[in-house]
Amino acid sequence: MDQFLQHVLNAVMLGGTYALLGIGLTLIFGIMRVVNFTHGELYAFGAYMMYAFVMLAGANFFVALPLAILLGALLGAGIELLLLRRLRGADIDTTMLVMIGAWIALQNGEQLAWTGVAKSISNPFPAAPLVIGPVSVAWNRVFVFIFAVLLIATTYFLIQKTKLGKAMRATFQDRDTAALMGVQIGHIHTVTFALGSALAAAAGALLGPVFVAYPTMGDLAAAKAFAIVILGGLGSIPGATLGGFILAMAEELGAGYVSSGYRDAMSFLLIIVILLFRPTGMFAQKERIG
Amino acid sequence: MVRSLAFAVSAAVLTLSAGAAAAQDAIKIGVTQPLTGAFAASGNYVTEGARLAEAAINASGGVLGRKIQLVIEDNKSNPTEAVATAEKLIAKDKVPVMMGAWSSTLTLAVMPKLMEYKVPMLVETSSSGKITVSGNPYIFRISPTSEMEAKAFAGYVKPLGIKKADFLATNNDFGLGASKEFSEMLKANGATVGVMETMDPKATDFSAQLAKIKASGGDTLFVTTAVEQVTLILKQAKEQQVSARIITTGGSVSPDQLIEQAGPAADGSRHVVFFTPWFPDAVKNPDVAKKFVDAWNAKKLPAGGLTEGFRGWDGIHTIVEGIKAAGKAEPEAIQKALWGVKVRGVNGDVAFIKQGPAGQESAQNVPSVYLVRVDGGKVVKN
Repeated sequence: MDQFLQHVLNAVMLGGTYALLGIGLTLIFGIMRVVNFTHGELYAFGAYMMYAFVMLAGANFFVALPLAILLGALLGAGIELLLLRRLRGADIDTTMLVMIGAWIALQNGEQLAWTGVAKSISNPFPAAPLVIGPVSVAWNRVFVFIFAVLLIATTYFLIQKTKLGKAMRATFQDRDTAALMGVQIGHIHTVTFALGSALAAAAGALLGPVFVAYPTMGDLAAAKAFAIVILGGLGSIPGATLGGFILAMAEELGAGYVSSGYRDAMSFLLIIVILLFRPTGMFAQKERIG
Repeated sequence: MVRSLAFAVSAAVLTLSAGAAAAQDAIKIGVTQPLTGAFAASGNYVTEGARLAEAAINASGGVLGRKIQLVIEDNKSNPTEAVATAEKLIAKDKVPVMMGAWSSTLTLAVMPKLMEYKVPMLVETSSSGKITVSGNPYIFRISPTSEMEAKAFAGYVKPLGIKKADFLATNNDFGLGASKEFSEMLKANGATVGVMETMDPKATDFSAQLAKIKASGGDTLFVTTAVEQVTLILKQAKEQQVSARIITTGGSVSPDQLIEQAGPAADGSRHVVFFTPWFPDAVKNPDVAKKFVDAWNAKKLPAGGLTEGFRGWDGIHTIVEGIKAAGKAEPEAIQKALWGVKVRGVNGDVAFIKQGPAGQESAQNVPSVYLVRVDGGKVVKN
């Protein structure tokens, strides 16, 4: 029973960051209908920015974190303005190719800048874990969880309760009518992409210090993000949130009770199973793109 | 205008071809190492050690009157890439001899290419027993097999009081082989084996495995994987309050790097290493070790890399002795000559014995094996 509780606790801690990754991608995939292959690279970017600020510049951890997220947003906005804006009318294949190219360029840029050796990022939390009865959890993971939940709540508030959020949802529902209503579509696209990228960078900035930062860390994160988005249903933030926690739970329990060597495969197996019964995901709002 | 342009172009062409001609005189040695990917830290250290050996050998006149030139390729910690690098080094760069490929999985992937092109390769790190018993006469290994490591460790079982041990190993030939050899050795020495867990070489979260190991209740945990993962395992084991003493195998887990990156989580851990730069008196050839360490420090390389970098140094020196004995830079001659080579290396004296099926033996060295412990942020003798 203790072992089970420990697994569940680990899963909850990890689920928050997976949810961040998923929400970020569902905003871009769902609203902009862009297959964002650079999502994983923004995740890696967030982690490397933490490394740069905390380890190289010696900045305070809690100052570096929002800075890394902000830079992630800026990078996302840059990608949208430079690449996607020009492809506004193009078909999905062209967009995908350009995004794949951006993905390769970003990843190799990371490798060139930081070399292939994994980087460790120190955190200011005590090394001794928080012990709750028979289970224990590291303080840095508790912080990651709390911060992730705060970010998810903030994003949800932004989308549901602000004018900007309303404009984003209107653009998502019917782009042309929203344009007729006076919504600046280009502006909304840039902000959405920046927001989605910021969330990916946040996930990376939070998880980087828990694990290590290395150039290809984005690949697995992106694959999981896509899995979460499909599981939760395209464009659904509650779906992505729930999907993130379900994925983490599947990973932990699968690794704990079925096979530890195939931890990452467990989540994808779960996706296959769920899609067999609910092809549009759990809370789908849009059916297919392209 | 056109005349001066033509003059400039021909001058450039002549300079370039002169440079190329001079470089053609050097004997090329192929090196395939993981410079990126899951094993990047160790691969880079080995390559640095090899570069130092290249510089030292060239400084003392090279071999057969020619300089040596390392052609270094990154196999990205990936078996498919490893094969591609071997193909490129042999077929395009025409190297007569190679060193690589660090991880057992990568070396095993490259081995068929060696048979195909009949080019010898010096194996400097890989420890899977499979490598020297597959009937490949082009393999010359200076690192110990997991079996040798386990046998060398047998003498520590009773003094350390190991009664029940669990295993956590990376899910490849290296990890699985080491778990198997060490568990058999433990059973033969009166201890029992608990759980044998594995993880993906690229995994960063071991919470599930550690929870199971904690529940198993062994007094010792043998960890076999690359140093990056060991750093994370030590930290997470402390977070989950795993009380077993941790012993790493394979010799590539740099205790200095662990102290630096895992901090207090590294205290109490023990490590099987093949070079003890902290105890120069325990080393077999102190003068060779000193030369290597001095060169390493002169280039301001991280001290944590010494326990891995020496492999590249010993490897290149052994290859060069082979070239010298062969009398020419041809793969067939070098392969024959390497058998009789005797080198005073950083780890100890290198000499090859036959291993594997008769008529198709591979060469294996019998190196020294040490056990050290981390205590209070320092490396001490066990």
